[in-house]
Amino acid sequence: MNTVNPVEDFETSIADIDRAQVKVDVKNLDFYYGKSHALKAVSIPFARNQVTALIGPSGCGKSTLLRTLNRMYALYPGQRAEGEILLDGENILAAGTDLAQLRAKVGMVFQKPTPFPMSVFDNVAFGVRLYENLSKADMAVRVEEALTRAALWNEVKDNLKGPGLGLSGGQQQRLCVARGVAVRPEVLLLDEPTSALDPISSAKLEETVTQLKADHTIVIVTHNLGQAGRVSDYTGFMYLGQLIEFGATGDVFTRPATRKTSDYITGRFG
Amino acid sequence: MSDATLPATALSSRRAAPRGALIGKVFEGLCFTAATTLLAALGGIIVSLLIGGWPAIHKFGFGFLTTATWNPVTDVYGAAGPIVGTLVTSALALALALPVAGGVAFFLTELCPARLRMPIGTAVELLAGIPSIVYGMWGLFVFAPLFAKYIQLPLMTAAAPGSLLETLTMGIPNGSGILPASIILAIMILPFMAATLRELLMSVPIGVRESAYGLGATTAEVVMSVTLPYVRTGAIGAVMLGLGRALGETMAVTFIIGNSHSFPKSLFDSGSTIASTIANEFTEATSPVHTAALIALGLVLFLITFAVLGLARLMLRVQEARS
Amino acid sequence: MSAGKLIRRKVGDVAFKAFCVVVTVIALVALTAILWSLLKQGVGGLDLDIFTKRTMSSGSKGGLANAIVGSIVMCSLAMVLALGVGILAGTWLAEYGGRSAYGAVVRFLNDVLLSAPSILVGLFVYEILVAPFHGFSGFAGSVALALLAVPVITRTTEDVLLLQAATLREAGVALGAPLSYIIRTVLWRSARSGLLTGALLAFARISGETAPLLFTALNNQFFSLDLRHPTANLPVVIYNSALSAYDDLVRLAWVGALLIAATVLAVTVVARIVAQEQRRS
Repeated sequence: MNTVNPVEDFETSIADIDRAQVKVDVKNLDFYYGKSHALKAVSIPFARNQVTALIGPSGCGKSTLLRTLNRMYALYPGQRAEGEILLDGENILAAGTDLAQLRAKVGMVFQKPTPFPMSVFDNVAFGVRLYENLSKADMAVRVEEALTRAALWNEVKDNLKGPGLGLSGGQQQRLCVARGVAVRPEVLLLDEPTSALDPISSAKLEETVTQLKADHTIVIVTHNLGQAGRVSDYTGFMYLGQLIEFGATGDVFTRPATRKTSDYITGRFG
Repeated sequence: MSDATLPATALSSRRAAPRGALIGKVFEGLCFTAATTLLAALGGIIVSLLIGGWPAIHKFGFGFLTTATWNPVTDVYGAAGPIVGTLVTSALALALALPVAGGVAFFLTELCPARLRMPIGTAVELLAGIPSIVYGMWGLFVFAPLFAKYIQLPLMTAAAPGSLLETLTMGIPNGSGILPASIILAIMILPFMAATLRELLMSVPIGVRESAYGLGATTAEVVMSVTLPYVRTGAIGAVMLGLGRALGETMAVTFIIGNSHSFPKSLFDSGSTIASTIANEFTEATSPVHTAALIALGLVLFLITFAVLGLARLMLRVQEARS
Repeated sequence: MSAGKLIRRKVGDVAFKAFCVVVTVIALVALTAILWSLLKQGVGGLDLDIFTKRTMSSGSKGGLANAIVGSIVMCSLAMVLALGVGILAGTWLAEYGGRSAYGAVVRFLNDVLLSAPSILVGLFVYEILVAPFHGFSGFAGSVALALLAVPVITRTTEDVLLLQAATLREAGVALGAPLSYIIRTVLWRSARSGLLTGALLAFARISGETAPLLFTALNNQFFSLDLRHPTANLPVVIYNSALSAYDDLVRLAWVGALLIAATVLAVTVVARIVAQEQRRS
């Protein structure tokens, strides 16, 4: 399979974590966009109730890896994944997986805010209504709870009927976080969630992420090394579709084990 | 209740399938059916024209296309007159409209003062939507008398007996006929062609144009050697789309072509097109063969326009994929 | 570069520019002349009778009321039919089958139908709805108009849905919503002004169509909302009156042409404004 694009022989360093703490376990994952080989034999564990950051230069495959975790790629014909991704021991790449159920368990927030063209309230309630028949009062409680957890409640509580698209960029992104957590997912995927935000909104979102890890396993893709350092417990460094280094964030940033990682972190490329 | 335990309890209260999973299948099926309806409509047009036209095709065979006798009294029909009329008027209309449409498009993209660009461009686009019956009426009541007085009559009197000009200008000087119909057709397709060409030219990346100007090229050189070739395929597609419109146009032509089924002998001779013949006679056709002959005419028109429009669309798609 | 060559280039450029300006002026003059005649001939005949009296034969002063009503009713029904089919078909092309070979065929044929001769659509509807039931009907006219509107709506629906950011679709999918639910609750809503533009353009397209109504809806001198029978409509009334050779009927035809052209222009302008709003947001 790898004869076309041979796996390059980089020096790698993958730290082990306590197996009992693994929520999502990626094993030997290969990913293809048609013929192009985007992920090469990636194995990485994501720890329960911890934040794992994926870093690396553009095109290294970090977003691709994120999009396999909820099988978002299945929307597009020609994209396929091989290997195993175990969520609580169950392989989500298996043929019979119910994708809607999977995505209810694994939420996602995107690079640019994606509020739906409806009110703030309906945005948050959107996912909940898919799965649960809540009374009006229960729904109101759920929406408030989600908005609170996304640190947005105080800013929008008087304008829940206003359009989601009427919020500022930073508020829109936190609205998307609220929409994601309202469904009560077990895993939350964040794809460069602050890249379209100003510094103050970014800081607010980072704070939110840190609070959310009490209830969710979080994977965050980021270009911003400082952000990875601030919010994550573990860090994976990817390069050309391979996982080069994985370990506790403090270790990866202060004592990188490979030359490539250290070059990237010190800004020699990327 | 701590949130960390929520997912498990929440899951048990969840339905097996999210709302709309079944509806989803039905919805996709509906969408598919609608898409297939389009296909069926086009197929239906071919089949119904074939069936409806069959008695005439069967009776006259290939001669239907090559003979010019169209006689409802003896029930003998040959379509050469309307077919040639259609092809000639469309070709003339295209020849007249193309340089003008090109000129308008170049003017709007390269020369027009910025203040006029929007209003003129918008006006051209709006005019492309005017119903063709308006063009037809204008042709009959306004254009034809002027044309007869200021162009047709002087030309006819100027033509020396036996000269080529005399052959070309033969006919009754009432302002109707092949050439006036072509001119009206040209005016009708002009805004459409100009608007499409303008849109194509505007799709040329600014960098490409600017680098051509940057090399010291004149406006004419930029347009002719850079921007126009850049959208060549699309431009040909747009022109053929205009041709397709002209071929199938009914109202702009019927008012002014003179409606005779004989083979047109000169530019001012009255003639007919396929569409005008159908429009004029269909509800008044008395014999089944007459009706069938008109439907068979429709089939001929369908085949011609389908080929032209199909080619046009393919070229536009290729251009779209390229830019 | 030789001076001769430079001069030749300059002359060529000036000639080119002059040509462009001249033909643009010619084109604008011709098109203005048409609009001017339309206004001059049409406005004069515009009075209250036009909207209150039915069409009558030459000599007795009639109006266009029954034709206006018939056109509105037929176009409305046509739009209802066309919106249903067109939006669903466009959605299928954009969201489900557009990338398949079948999708490519449907898209191609839709493009062809978009500019197919309208008179052939009239013939087709005559064959399937008029001839078998031995009667012209307003319903047949509506179906013919719908067939002309569907390709416009299908095309714009596909285009505006594809313009919606992929992330909007993914954001819905990421919540575990089925695609069909996202389409109906998120994508259609977010594309609504684009869909409205498409509908308005389709309406503008069909409201002036004459040829397909000649042998489907035919005409009717009287008021009728019963689409099972021949129904009066503006385009056919204009056509018949203009060719009638009676001055009073010709005048009526100009008024009708003015009404149709004004409607089409107004609807197109609204469509453009809606489209611009969409682009801005």
